Amino acid sequence: MTPPAEGSATLAAVAAPWVDRTPRAVRLWRGALNRIVLAVCVLAAAAVVLPLVLILGYLIANGVGGLNLAFFTHMPKPVGESGGGMANAIVGTLMVVGLAALLALPVGIAAGVYLAEFGRGRFATLVRYTTDVLSGVPSIVVGVVAYGLVVVPMGRVSGLAGSVALAILMLPPIIRATEEMVRLVPQSYRQAALALGAPRWRTTQQIVLPAARAGIVTASMLAVARAAGETAPLLFTALGNRFWSLRMDQPIATLPVFIFDYARAPYTDWNRQAWTGALVLVLLVTLISLLLRLTVRRVRDR
Amino acid sequence: MRQPLAPRRRGLTVDGVYRGALAAAAGVIFLVVALIVLEIARGAMPSIRTIGWGFLAQREWDPVADHYGALPYIYGTLVSSLIALVLAVPLGLGSAVFLAELAKGRVAAIVSFVIELLAAIPSIVYGIWGFFVLAPWLRNALEPWLVAHFGYLPLFRGTPFGIGMLNAGIVLAIMIIPTIVSISREVLLAIPRSLREASLALGATRAEAIVVTLDAAKPGILGSIVLALGRALGETMAVTMVIGNTNRISASLLDPSATMASVIANEFTEATGSLYLSALIQIALVLFGVTILVNALARALVWLTTGGRRDVAGAT
Repeated sequence: MTPPAEGSATLAAVAAPWVDRTPRAVRLWRGALNRIVLAVCVLAAAAVVLPLVLILGYLIANGVGGLNLAFFTHMPKPVGESGGGMANAIVGTLMVVGLAALLALPVGIAAGVYLAEFGRGRFATLVRYTTDVLSGVPSIVVGVVAYGLVVVPMGRVSGLAGSVALAILMLPPIIRATEEMVRLVPQSYRQAALALGAPRWRTTQQIVLPAARAGIVTASMLAVARAAGETAPLLFTALGNRFWSLRMDQPIATLPVFIFDYARAPYTDWNRQAWTGALVLVLLVTLISLLLRLTVRRVRDR
Repeated sequence: MRQPLAPRRRGLTVDGVYRGALAAAAGVIFLVVALIVLEIARGAMPSIRTIGWGFLAQREWDPVADHYGALPYIYGTLVSSLIALVLAVPLGLGSAVFLAELAKGRVAAIVSFVIELLAAIPSIVYGIWGFFVLAPWLRNALEPWLVAHFGYLPLFRGTPFGIGMLNAGIVLAIMIIPTIVSISREVLLAIPRSLREASLALGATRAEAIVVTLDAAKPGILGSIVLALGRALGETMAVTMVIGNTNRISASLLDPSATMASVIANEFTEATGSLYLSALIQIALVLFGVTILVNALARALVWLTTGGRRDVAGAT
């Protein structure tokens, strides 16, 4: 008998030692094994869908009760009083994330355009690799870095420090997304512009980038939305604030940190608000990113 | 701006300047990495000088006595990530095969959508769910059952708290499954169809053809698993909420523990002494070093299998 192909050897070997090796028995066993393997794959996929259903289900069940106008417009109540909202945390999140986006977007988009339009050499490969590796740095470590870079020199925690941390976290996905989107612009656009005598910079700036604009905007917003859900890097940079504050050089409340504090607090009313906060955060982050992702896909498939 | 700036010196053209400016922006990434390394190294310096690297092997963590050892946190990080991998790898690979080889049309779209959704949920939300939903269930249902039936194993001895290593492992598994699925699926799709067709033509069953494909995709799949490991090692908020944050090494998965990331999250704001703070930053340094190595390895593996396709290699 000729030895079977290398890959299928692993499956056939399962049968070899203890099933009798008449052709009929082997065929039956292979058929059965085939069904088992396929069924296991289907079950695995089902098992992956289950946690999402559970998480979203509990999130809605526990969070929707506290979802009212007051949650968005009122301030947190002092300890012991029930009610109140997270208005300051919602505004704080928008401010911290907004400033982070201002810091990260120009650099990230320029870097992405460079990689897509000029990125062929060793330098570009190194940039790509570094970007990918940087995206794996734990967010808590980035928080420690922002603490050392901003909090220590300033002498106090601040919204600015939180923005710096989030900006570092946003950078890799923005670079990656921009590069991908600029690459989608058909090569013929560039050739046409160059053939008309436009220099490289004008081709990129006036032909390629306008064509890629929608994609770049949506894809970058994805990165920004994702960063808005980060908690760890804000714990000791933006810290949190129970009062209304719009100053970026002071501690500022953010939604994720608020949820964390309220979830750990020994008051059921606070726990309930934490669930509501989590629901709002998921609606903000997940829905925005999903909508954007669908748009990106449409742009890509066009 | 109609007329581009005339070249002032030889070689300095608008094109050159434009390209240089963009390249400078790209170079910022190195600056960021350098800043991260410098800043953590500087913060950890006092601790490295005073305690040294023996810190990694010491069990005692006593801020009052100014004595710091990171071993319980390293243990907690490794074991919780290991539990996560044990749970997530079979499920993730099965789902990836399902998506790449079996599912079509609507079903595939729905499962992919769910996996993207899982990846988009902030980690604090996983933490809340693990704390308020999973923990009571573990405490009242799964853990007593494990103790009753497998209590003879040291792994399942002790009191069911609900909060602890097992809970952290399960939550981490849910969080890293999307990484394994999305990258493994792309890797599988990058394997030439002809390989599958050849196996089928030789009379292989579908399962056997899948095994052949898996065999060819091995490095990339390994890459996706290593990448998921990196994610699990550094995950902070969800773990902090469900692991119990107890500084001890216990063989039982039911016991509370702590990880490198969770101790930083918990104690950084309370760290009063400068050595205390520095010891925490030294933990961050170790965590950074480990995740960078793990990630560099993973990215290289995925790049190898997919021929450097950006959309796969850099996927999150």
